[in-house]
Amino acid sequence: MNALALYGRYIITSLRAQAQYPTATLMLTAGHCAATSIEILCVFALFHRFGSVGGWSFGEAALFYALVNIMFSLADLLSRGFEVFGTDFVRTGAFDRVLLRPRAAALQLAGYEVRLSRLGRLIQASIVLVFATNLVPITWDARAVAIALWAVAGGIGLFMGIMVLQATLAFWTVDSLEIMNVLSYGGVQAAQYPLNIYAAWFRRVLTFGLPLACVAYYPVLAILRRPDPLGAPDWLLPLAPIAGFAFLALSFVVWRTGMARYASTGS
Amino acid sequence: MTTRAARPYLAAFRARFQLVLQYRAAALAGFATQLWWGAIRILVFAAFYGVNAAAAPIGLTDVVTYVWLGQALLALQPWLADPEVGQAVRSGGVGYDRLRPLDAYGYWYVRTVGWMLARALPRAVLMVLAAAIVLPLVGLDDWAWRPPSGVTAALLFIPAFILMTMLAAAVLMLANIIVAASLNERGVNAVLAPLVIVFSGSLLPLDFYPDAWRPFLHVQPLAGLVDIPFRIYFADLTGNAALRGLALQAGWTLVLIALGRFAMERMMRRLEMQGG
Amino acid sequence: MPQILVEALAKTYRVAERAPGLTGAMLGLVRRRWREVHALADVSFSLEAGELLAFIGPNGAGKSTTVKILSGILRPSSGRVEVDGLVPYEDRVRHVARIGVVFGQRSQLWWDLPVIDGFDLLADIYRVEPERYRRRRDELVAMLRLEPLLDQPVRQLSLGQRMRAEFAAALLHDPAILFLDEPTIGLDAPSKLAVRDFVRRLNREQGVTVLLTTHDMHDVEALAERVIVIGQGRLLTDGPFESLRASVLAERRLHIDFAGAAPELGIPGVTVRARSERSLELAFDPTKIPTPKLIADITARHAVDDIHVDEPAIEEVIARFYDLHDAGEA
Repeated sequence: MNALALYGRYIITSLRAQAQYPTATLMLTAGHCAATSIEILCVFALFHRFGSVGGWSFGEAALFYALVNIMFSLADLLSRGFEVFGTDFVRTGAFDRVLLRPRAAALQLAGYEVRLSRLGRLIQASIVLVFATNLVPITWDARAVAIALWAVAGGIGLFMGIMVLQATLAFWTVDSLEIMNVLSYGGVQAAQYPLNIYAAWFRRVLTFGLPLACVAYYPVLAILRRPDPLGAPDWLLPLAPIAGFAFLALSFVVWRTGMARYASTGS
Repeated sequence: MTTRAARPYLAAFRARFQLVLQYRAAALAGFATQLWWGAIRILVFAAFYGVNAAAAPIGLTDVVTYVWLGQALLALQPWLADPEVGQAVRSGGVGYDRLRPLDAYGYWYVRTVGWMLARALPRAVLMVLAAAIVLPLVGLDDWAWRPPSGVTAALLFIPAFILMTMLAAAVLMLANIIVAASLNERGVNAVLAPLVIVFSGSLLPLDFYPDAWRPFLHVQPLAGLVDIPFRIYFADLTGNAALRGLALQAGWTLVLIALGRFAMERMMRRLEMQGG
Repeated sequence: MPQILVEALAKTYRVAERAPGLTGAMLGLVRRRWREVHALADVSFSLEAGELLAFIGPNGAGKSTTVKILSGILRPSSGRVEVDGLVPYEDRVRHVARIGVVFGQRSQLWWDLPVIDGFDLLADIYRVEPERYRRRRDELVAMLRLEPLLDQPVRQLSLGQRMRAEFAAALLHDPAILFLDEPTIGLDAPSKLAVRDFVRRLNREQGVTVLLTTHDMHDVEALAERVIVIGQGRLLTDGPFESLRASVLAERRLHIDFAGAAPELGIPGVTVRARSERSLELAFDPTKIPTPKLIADITARHAVDDIHVDEPAIEEVIARFYDLHDAGEA
């Protein structure tokens, strides 16, 4: 069975396990939906009080918010094993079990658990997307949809890369540390506002360091057919999401050094 | 309370405090996370203030201090039920608690305070170092955490801080009891966290929400967790308004402790009947 | 060429030290002192295909470290390991496809899934051909009497039932080598017997090489022809179980019930281990005082109701052995 088919098997297995507790799963999904909705409240309150900022209205900001949260929720859904790697695998020694199987450890972790409750964020982000579409004139033609999907794919890559880095760190710290939340949740927080409102140094971080702008800001400009107020060329805007995949590839390089370390310390 | 009577509670507090302190990496990681979060939130505020500072209810320097203070004391926010409670119920350890000649609520309460303070203290120290000392030294005065606005504000902040800790522990105890009774830790946390983050003023100072919401926002119990003590700190609440704030904190703390004791007694009785 | 070859294996860990008390906890936040621990120091042995070897030793002796290195999870600090021509930690994926591992305290099955679903998933993970998988699974199900358990979620199984399922799970891909880490820990007596019986059959009938670590001396007695004793990271002895017993303790025990009150014997070279009103337990070395002679001496002088000879219990043999090598719990 090839890796992709096996991954599919893992996902089905995980869903079947959760289907044993339907009420709990539903409640958690609802709770997660509510818990992740508070950020849009914050965005709304700020726009309500200050009016538009950096040439963006609340509706447009909501579009950023929705897209970023959609990517993050899907990545979150697919990389649970990396997120809990420290507490559930390294600390408990369950990672030994993973290593005893003749498959790439990363594949087994990716397939560890697909938590349906994480759909809560996806649901609320989709609702916000519908609202945003009503608040600002977006034409969802084939081009816009294609860019959006491409951006979401790049964003999933980027956020998965962050979770792989988080898991890698656990090789050193044993626990799953919240420090990587800086990049994941902190990234969501930063990327749900348009890039041009930030100071120049922070814009550079978000473009070249942790390329969140490449999967959110630039493609949204392309969807809205707006030129970049900061002067990025128009042709670059729809291409930018590729940075997300580059980030994921880089994360796996780092992951390999972590694996090597685990083999020499065993803890 | 005599020293003798207080001893087991002090011991419970100290043991928990020490245990949590061991997790150096967790403390450092928590600190770095909070530093970064603070920075992002300040960047966002700065962007909005740059457009229309007149619309803001408080000045930018105060907002910056508000954010740093909030990040430093984040671990004092009751947004996660104490994980040991869930474990204790599942493992049956709760049964042992009933065997001890102690007031069960008081025993859990001090353990909870110990847990919160131990997580908060190292991070707060580091945050003072970074945001109140290093930032001004590297010339970023405008983005630094300012000391309290005056002696009165500083003196008033002491009871405000104590009350915010006690209130937070009282909220957390209610959550703990619900976890113990329902055994649904994730569910409780999923409800608790957004409530606390929004209504404490953790997400945004309460005055940033639409004006129409104010009458409600300023009297609800969670305001005493962040909004009231912090505004006392930078003298946005002074004189009678500050005293009213302290009274609100104290009042809600007493109400929630009473509620918690009542709920705990009921739960313990139920556990006894189940023999669990 | 032996199937498993271990040469001059060494493994050193670094562990943090912490001063006690509150001050220590605070200091630990700032700086830490490290100490080197030699989990393994110069361990060598080899194993032929089809052998059954037991690894015994006190906690912290290095048993688990050895098993982890052999199964490819851990990389040694120095030394050479080859299993079936592969270096386990260099070639993990290829290596683990050929071995089976059962950890007594850890599950490899999926908690919320029926046993059979876990087996199916494992067959996919190990890339076992469907036809071969079905045959192997049915064989294991029959050997381990798993039929009634297949549709139950793992979380509902008793520990003994789960252990049987774990064995099947570890063997679905038909490995030639099986590593067992404390496989009987926590099991009740019938389950222990079932596990031992199964391992013996696997080894004798199917020729599976078995390397087992255990605390339970009955496991060793029932299963292993060959025993390695390890203490503080060093190999203390490697040989047949019977010669270990003989080398450590030639001592015999004599239990006597007297017709009247138990007398003072005063025979040189014989010590009284226990005494009650009418009976004695004596310890002696049969190479110095032949057993028939001792019995004849006593029955000639005293009226005896009952008499029998036995050997010290196996746990005692091992405990003495550790004492001898000053290799108690590390």
